[in-house]
Amino acid sequence: MPYALEINGLTKTYDNGFDALKGIDLTVEKGDFFALLGPNGAGKSTTIGILCSLVNKSSGSVKVMGYDIDQDFGMAKRHLGVVPQEFNFNQFEKTQNILINTAGYHGIPRAEAMPRIEHYLKRLGLWTKRDNPSRALSGGMKRRLLIARALVHQPDLLILDEPTAGVDIELRRGMWDFLTEINNQGTTIILTTHYLEEAEALCRNVSIINHGEIIANSSTRDLLSTLHTVTFVCDLASPIDSVPTIEGYECVLADVTTLEIEVDKGQSLNDVFVSLSAHGVSVVSMRTKTNRLEELFVTMTSGGT
Amino acid sequence: MSLANYEEKATDFGNPNWVAYQTIVRTEIRRFTRIWVQTMIPPAITMTLYFIIFGSLIGRRIGEMGGFDYMAYIVPGLIMMSVITNSYTNVSSSLFGSKFGRFIEEMLVSPISNQTILLGYVTGGVARAISVGVIVTILSMFFTQLAIHDIVAVVSITLLTAVLFSLLGFINGVYAKRFDDVSIVPTFVLTPLTYLGGVFFSIDLLPDFWAGVAQLNPILYVVNAFRYGILGVSDISLGWAYGILLSMTAVAYIIAVRLLANGAGVRL
Repeated sequence: MPYALEINGLTKTYDNGFDALKGIDLTVEKGDFFALLGPNGAGKSTTIGILCSLVNKSSGSVKVMGYDIDQDFGMAKRHLGVVPQEFNFNQFEKTQNILINTAGYHGIPRAEAMPRIEHYLKRLGLWTKRDNPSRALSGGMKRRLLIARALVHQPDLLILDEPTAGVDIELRRGMWDFLTEINNQGTTIILTTHYLEEAEALCRNVSIINHGEIIANSSTRDLLSTLHTVTFVCDLASPIDSVPTIEGYECVLADVTTLEIEVDKGQSLNDVFVSLSAHGVSVVSMRTKTNRLEELFVTMTSGGT
Repeated sequence: MSLANYEEKATDFGNPNWVAYQTIVRTEIRRFTRIWVQTMIPPAITMTLYFIIFGSLIGRRIGEMGGFDYMAYIVPGLIMMSVITNSYTNVSSSLFGSKFGRFIEEMLVSPISNQTILLGYVTGGVARAISVGVIVTILSMFFTQLAIHDIVAVVSITLLTAVLFSLLGFINGVYAKRFDDVSIVPTFVLTPLTYLGGVFFSIDLLPDFWAGVAQLNPILYVVNAFRYGILGVSDISLGWAYGILLSMTAVAYIIAVRLLANGAGVRL
């Protein structure tokens, strides 16, 4: 059974000699919700650009739903939907017309496209804005328009390049629900994002790309299991003057009512609370210091292990 | 939607490129009709001024040219001038605008063939050229009586000219990186060539050397062939005009398709 995406030995050297991709191999299973992560300039957007024909590759092969983008570019593109980072639609065109045009570019006549367009505009809260010029939409609405546009031809593989950048938290949660819904309906999703909690919450598998090379590729759970420590931030009921000594645990007092405790994998939190109680320290609430995937990401892309 | 269902649906739509072509043409026509004050009115005003100043005022003193009164003589050239300018600028500015706004990517990420994209833009350019050409022709009827000598020549030369200059406008749009780049050619190349292309005079009036030089100007063939269709007179042979127009169109088409295939100006 072909993969939703199969990349072999993909390289890209720009005219200025910069090697953006140094021979990456990547496969994404059908139905997966996949995160492609990496710092700015790592090669994520170049990879996506090659998939959707906006960037010419230097070498290597790419298959979308089993169709080679060089030999079967028509079929490959029919199965691919892309939500870019930038608002790349005609700002003078009406919202609905943008979707009608995109459907037309995919060979879908207007009559066939209209029910889908109505469905996606309603589902993404844009139906009442359908006759407004797209430039009049808010930033969040424009992001949703990009998603509706990418779905209008009902692709089997949807690639989203930082879809929630600059979107408020409520709207972001709404997008997460929507993306989860279409993934559950069978659409394979590849997501690049700077919000790593987004990747951790949504994606089953993760690839990390850095300096044009894949440096990690596994399930989110397996990747997270490589983390050795988690830092818990404890809010204390009353101020303390000195750091309580808890044998086997490293503690730091961030301020007089905030204690940070580093817990190794396999260590018990019960022991921590027993020790804190013995020191007369009462904890009213607790949270992890950083997003776990973010911690791992920073470690890996900064040259750590 | 499953893959199998999608393939079934895809074939149900008929020829996807035909739907895509219609979409591009509709979008292009909607573009220039939406901004009709910028696209349709200026050529109408400019040509009316030409008719008044060159035709009625100055032309009355010039008398006849090529056996026709001067107003009748310049009308075919002025109609062709509108066709040339509007086909060229429509495609170059529309293509550059879609690059500048990056919405050309909507087409590039979809399964449209390069030839469909090109034909869509060219048809849009032809549509605007013919719309403006008809407006100018109607306006000219307020100043002179137009009797068509050869309708086949009129229609075929108009279409060929609009196609050729739409293709040239497309090539300009591919290379354009700034707004200035789409106005340089019309201002510094097309306008001088049009003025020197026999719109206002017969090349018989030129000394032999300059008459020879004038024959290197492709617009001379366009203007004279169209004048033949309207008035039945021409400084050059109609066969040569068709030959040159067809050859240039074929070359421009091949260049434009190759540029699209290489992704020049639109792909990294």
